[in-house]
Amino acid sequence: MAREEHKLRLATCSLAGCFGCHMSFLDIDEWLFELDKFFTFDRSPFTDIKTLENADVGLIEGGLCNQENIEVLLDFRKNCKLLVSVGACAINGGVPALRNGFPVEDCLLEVYQNGVGLQGTVIPSGKELPSLLPKVLPVHELVKVDYFLPGCPPPAEAFIELLCAIRDNRAPEIAYEHRRFD
Amino acid sequence: MSGMKSAFSFDGIQIAFTSGQSIMQAVLDGGGYIPHLCYHPQLSVHGSCRLCMVKVGDRYLSACTTEAQNGMQVENQISELRELRLKLLEMLFAEGNHFCPSCELSGNCQLQALAYELGMTHSRFPLQYPTRKRDGSHATVFLDRDRCINCEICVRASRELDGKNVFSLSGRGSDTALQINSEDGRLGSTDLIATDSSARLCPVGALVFKQGNYAERPNERLYDTHIISETGNRRPAVVSGGYPELGE
Repeated sequence: MAREEHKLRLATCSLAGCFGCHMSFLDIDEWLFELDKFFTFDRSPFTDIKTLENADVGLIEGGLCNQENIEVLLDFRKNCKLLVSVGACAINGGVPALRNGFPVEDCLLEVYQNGVGLQGTVIPSGKELPSLLPKVLPVHELVKVDYFLPGCPPPAEAFIELLCAIRDNRAPEIAYEHRRFD
Repeated sequence: MSGMKSAFSFDGIQIAFTSGQSIMQAVLDGGGYIPHLCYHPQLSVHGSCRLCMVKVGDRYLSACTTEAQNGMQVENQISELRELRLKLLEMLFAEGNHFCPSCELSGNCQLQALAYELGMTHSRFPLQYPTRKRDGSHATVFLDRDRCINCEICVRASRELDGKNVFSLSGRGSDTALQINSEDGRLGSTDLIATDSSARLCPVGALVFKQGNYAERPNERLYDTHIISETGNRRPAVVSGGYPELGE
C-alpha cells in the first residue's frame, strides 16, 4: 500500500476489548469520506496490517489482561505520536476487570475445569498462549496516554470530535450529550 | 436583627438566608446549585464528600457545614474549585469498583452525573479494585458495596426518616465499609422494607431495587440529557422500585 504522505497515519487495535469501540467508530458512516481527506489507516483491524511504524495517532481499545496486550501497547506507544485510550475497558479495565476480585488460578479453574460440563478438561497452556496478568489494568497504568475517549462504546460523534481535534491540532472537547461512561 | 434582611454573595449573586441556614441550604432554597453527594436536605449533615467546598475569602469551606453569614463572599464556579472537585471525583472512582456499563443506576447516577458535568474522562489515581462483599439476601433490595461511596445517606435516612437502624459505617480510612445492623450482617435479616427512604436515596448504584431495572433506553435517562447543576441531585422513581421520588 503506497503511503499517502500528506495524510495523518491512524492506527487502531483492540486489547482486552470486545471490538464494540471499533464498531462504534464505523458508526461515523459517511463521515468516513471526510476522514479519508485527512487520515489514512495504518495497522488496524480495518486494514489487517500487522506491523506499525511512524504512525501519527494510535487508538487503543480494551485494557491489559495478558502479556501480548503489553507487547502490543508498548509497540503502539513507541510508534505513535499521539495515543488515545478509547472506551471503558481501556480507561478502567471495564467488564474484563470484573475478574480482578478473584485470583487468576480460580478464574481458570472455573472456566476450564470446575464449570458445568467441564469435567476432565484441562487448562490450556503452552508457549504460544500469552499468560494472563494477575489483574486487568487500564492502559494509562503502563504508558503515557495523550487523550481519553470514555464510553461503552464512545458514540460516533465523540470519535468525530476526537479526530477533528487531532486534525486541527487542539484538545478534544466532547459535548455533554456525548460524554458517556456506558 | 429582626426585620433586617440577611444575604451573602454567591458567585456575585445575592442569596437571602435565614439565621442558622448553611450556605448549601440557602443556595438550594434560592434555586442555585453546589455539587454534592453526601448532603440531602431531609437529613442531618455529614460533611464527608467534600464536593461542596466553596471558597470564602482565602479559605475552602464545605458549604453544607458552614453557616451562612451576612455579607459573606462565596465563590463556587471557579477553575481552582473545579480542579479540586474533579480530583475528588477521580478518587471516588478509583477507590471503588465503578463499572458503569453494567450498573443499574447508570444514566441516573449522581456520581456519574457530576463526572459528566466536570468533564472527567478517567481517573488519574491508581485504580484500587477493592474486593468487597455484595448482599442479595433481601427480597427486593440489592446491596453492591463495589459502588458504595460511604456517603452515609442510607445510614441517616434509616435512622432519621424511617425510624430504624439498618445501616452503619464501620472501620476507618480506606477500610471504612457499609455494615448491616443485623445478627448475621445480612440485609435480608433486617426490618428494611421497599418503601423505606433508606432504600430510595442512594446517590449511586450501591442500593438498588432488584426488579424493574434498565427500563429506560440509553440517551433517555435523566443525566443522559440533563446537567446535574440544572436538575439537582435526583433519584428518579424508575430506579427506586417505582416508589415516588424523595426529592430535594
